[in-house]
Amino acid sequence: MAADTGALIERVSRDPEFRDLERRRSRFAWTLTLIMVVIYFGFVLTVAFAPAILARPLVEGGVTTLGIPLGIGVILTAFVLTGLYVRRANTDFDATTERIIERLK
Amino acid sequence: MNVEAIAMFLLFVATTLVITRWAAQRTRTASDFYAAGGGITGFQNGLAIAGDFMSAASFLGISGLVFASGFDGLIYSVGWLVGWPIVLFLIAERLRNLGRFTFADVAAFRLQATPIRTLSAVGTLAVVALYLIAQMVGAGKLIELLFGLPYLYAEIVVGVLMVTYVATGGMVATTWVQIIKACLLLGGASFMALAVLMHFGFSFEAMFRSATEAHPDGISIMGPGKLVTDPISAISLGLALMFGTAGLPHILMRFFTVKDAKAARKSVFYATGFIGYFYILTFIIGFGAITLLMNDPAYFKAADGGLYDKIGGMIGGTNMAAIHLSKAVGGSLFLGFISAVAFATILAVVAGLTLAGASAVSHDLYASVFAKGRASEQTEIRISKVSALVIGVVAILLGYVFENQNVAFMVGLAFAVAASCNFPVLAMSIFWSGTTTRGAVVGGFLGLASAIGMVVLSPAVWVKTFGFPQALFPYDSPALFSMTLAFLGIYVVSKLDRSASADAERAAFAAQFVRSETGIGAGAASAH
Repeated sequence: MAADTGALIERVSRDPEFRDLERRRSRFAWTLTLIMVVIYFGFVLTVAFAPAILARPLVEGGVTTLGIPLGIGVILTAFVLTGLYVRRANTDFDATTERIIERLK
Repeated sequence: MNVEAIAMFLLFVATTLVITRWAAQRTRTASDFYAAGGGITGFQNGLAIAGDFMSAASFLGISGLVFASGFDGLIYSVGWLVGWPIVLFLIAERLRNLGRFTFADVAAFRLQATPIRTLSAVGTLAVVALYLIAQMVGAGKLIELLFGLPYLYAEIVVGVLMVTYVATGGMVATTWVQIIKACLLLGGASFMALAVLMHFGFSFEAMFRSATEAHPDGISIMGPGKLVTDPISAISLGLALMFGTAGLPHILMRFFTVKDAKAARKSVFYATGFIGYFYILTFIIGFGAITLLMNDPAYFKAADGGLYDKIGGMIGGTNMAAIHLSKAVGGSLFLGFISAVAFATILAVVAGLTLAGASAVSHDLYASVFAKGRASEQTEIRISKVSALVIGVVAILLGYVFENQNVAFMVGLAFAVAASCNFPVLAMSIFWSGTTTRGAVVGGFLGLASAIGMVVLSPAVWVKTFGFPQALFPYDSPALFSMTLAFLGIYVVSKLDRSASADAERAAFAAQFVRSETGIGAGAASAH
């Protein structure tokens, strides 16, 4: 059993389709990570360097500031990004992984 | 004496004890004890993660921060949430594929067990201790205030219940306590936010306008205030929150309770949704408290001439804003409900922490480091139960000792340690083939020591706690520096590592990578 698993892992690691999958998966995961980092630190640095932008009212004479939808927007973006990742990983990536394992078994 | 609160709390305790009994009967193997036998679904785990993460401190603390300074509370909430996508994209499924019970399983997958598990256990216990002290002190004060129970008794009640859940029901009981608590907290907070919004005809603009009229700081509560002072502190705190989440041992442990990588991913998706929704609710609750409480002297300590301090004068402090609001919108019955929920929240969080700490002692230190893998499963579980008991006793003692200390910095420090020790070791062992044992140990300890050292020398501790005139480290959050030191340490020492074992560890990366990405062999490991 263990020997079989070891041999399968060995074959998978040299498989071109697996390598291609890993390139796509890692590009996708790191791109989403970067998007989250940029959005969050963009928000934090705006707070630190240009708080006046966030304190600006959305409409003339209103009290709701631009900062409110932006802050809530960061929270919603985080949720949407996790949704995007799960959808692609649980369908495309998992199906490809299963196909590779079936083929090399 | 709040009769409704006590009755509802007793109902919660009775329910959770029945569940704990049921869980104890189902808990036989180590996999049952540490990981609920891998039988939790993605949705349930998402709720349980949310339960682990939404502490009383974040419910009362963030709504209190919004109450005191408006928009600043939102800046804080955002920071607490953005770590979740990182957990999903980089950690969750790989953790599930490589480990069994603790995150040290993953770090030690191709590195040497003894040093790596020792490091991970120290990192885990440091995070657990800091987090637990902050929770215990907060719990004691809150329970004293809400239920009229003396501080020490409150500590003992919390300690006894958390040890009971963990030591008898293991992960199954802990998970269901988290799930029930998450539902109660989300339900209670939703009701409060809805009541507030209804008051303003579901117009945010009307709510904000009324808040700016009631708050002494007026319109300035709608923009960034005093929370962020300098960019270095802001970035440093941001890093601690974002990457610390991916290094919290009690959270990482939850990914072993699900069947596979698919379910691990789904749990983060649901958890992010629940936690994000919860933070939006606390924001509405905070603003609701400004509008509905600030003009009512009943919630404040009276001062001369009928005047009162609209922020500092709140009875019980600004952290009580959500509690007072529950009375304003739902009367004493709902006040009782929210008080009981706050108590349940504390219990659930400390139970999760206790289980993580006990697992680090039994699974990493005892079974691996001392017994070198020769301990039987039953002995390991017994050690874990004893550890839970010891952690409970220590937590009560620490809670007692720290009663009148400033513990506000401790949760931040817990996140900084998680981001500077646990996360770098985990991430580098998963992603970089060049990581060696020596590198991970040196870098991990460097991160741990520097995070703690810098916080001790920071204004929050050196000046406010020890009373020295001048801080030796100027920033309150160390993560920017300590995380950098940890990653650099792991990289440089691994690069310089010429030992024979280092070559074997680098060579073992290819097989680890296949397993971490595909889960081949992972199912077999968890069925041991």
